[in-house]
Amino acid sequence: MTINRAFIGRSYPPSAPYAVSREKIREFAEAIGDPNPVYRDAAIARALGHPDVVAPPTFVIVVTMKVAWQAVFDPDLGVDYTRAVHGQQQFSHTRPIRAGDHLVGTLTIADITSAGRNEVLRTRVDVATTAGEPVCSAVSTLVVRGGDR
Amino acid sequence: MTATVSYDDVAVGTEMPARTFPVQRLDLIRYCGASGDFNVIHWNQRKAQAVGLPDVIAHGMFVMALVGRFVTDWAGDPGAVVDYGVRFSTMLVVPDDDVGANLEVSGVVTEKLEGRRVRVELAARGPETKVLTQARAVVQLA
Repeated sequence: MTINRAFIGRSYPPSAPYAVSREKIREFAEAIGDPNPVYRDAAIARALGHPDVVAPPTFVIVVTMKVAWQAVFDPDLGVDYTRAVHGQQQFSHTRPIRAGDHLVGTLTIADITSAGRNEVLRTRVDVATTAGEPVCSAVSTLVVRGGDR
Repeated sequence: MTATVSYDDVAVGTEMPARTFPVQRLDLIRYCGASGDFNVIHWNQRKAQAVGLPDVIAHGMFVMALVGRFVTDWAGDPGAVVDYGVRFSTMLVVPDDDVGANLEVSGVVTEKLEGRRVRVELAARGPETKVLTQARAVVQLA
């Protein structure tokens, strides 16, 4: 099944705001086994120059994955999710995400290519605050394995 | 941001001390919950094997997070990690045997950039093979 090339360059409407809480950052840090107090203690984060506890560098996937699902589950795009694997991931941070942020993600279909029998979908989610301050850009590559059909 | 490593103290070739991160089934379950990624291949052996996998596999993003921790611990401030990208080359299989799989992580400074930033090249190996390639980060040093 080929992915619809007409979607290359298309952007989706901005997501609903995601409110980053101290407790969610703590939960994520615990899930990756990281005891760093800068993810838990605002005073320690402030001593490092941050306004509040900051999130680990990959935390933003909590926000961007669901934004990217708009495309992955868009029937007109034609991604067979049951055959999809995560190929690459890139984060470019303008500044660290921190508790108190209200984040909005805007999804763009960056590219769709073929690699042998596989289809490769590259998406970019630009994450900004509701005030319009850029925070992070997340580029994901999804490889949809070619079937036996 | 206050990285504890100074730009002046590193050179191209400076190695980041290697570490081992054990990964067990419980870690994957916890990551499912925290990340919102409940794909069955990360917790259900029966369904993972039904789609042709040898066993339950770790989320690529969980592996990326562990390697990210390797970088943030080295730098001294998570906010110092400016860019971070990986290619998921092989999956990390996590058997249900109370041992799991060990992830061995190492890194080296490959480039000194402007603005007291460095590029580091990271390596992550499972019990059998590399699980990441092209794993690189740009870190803002003090």
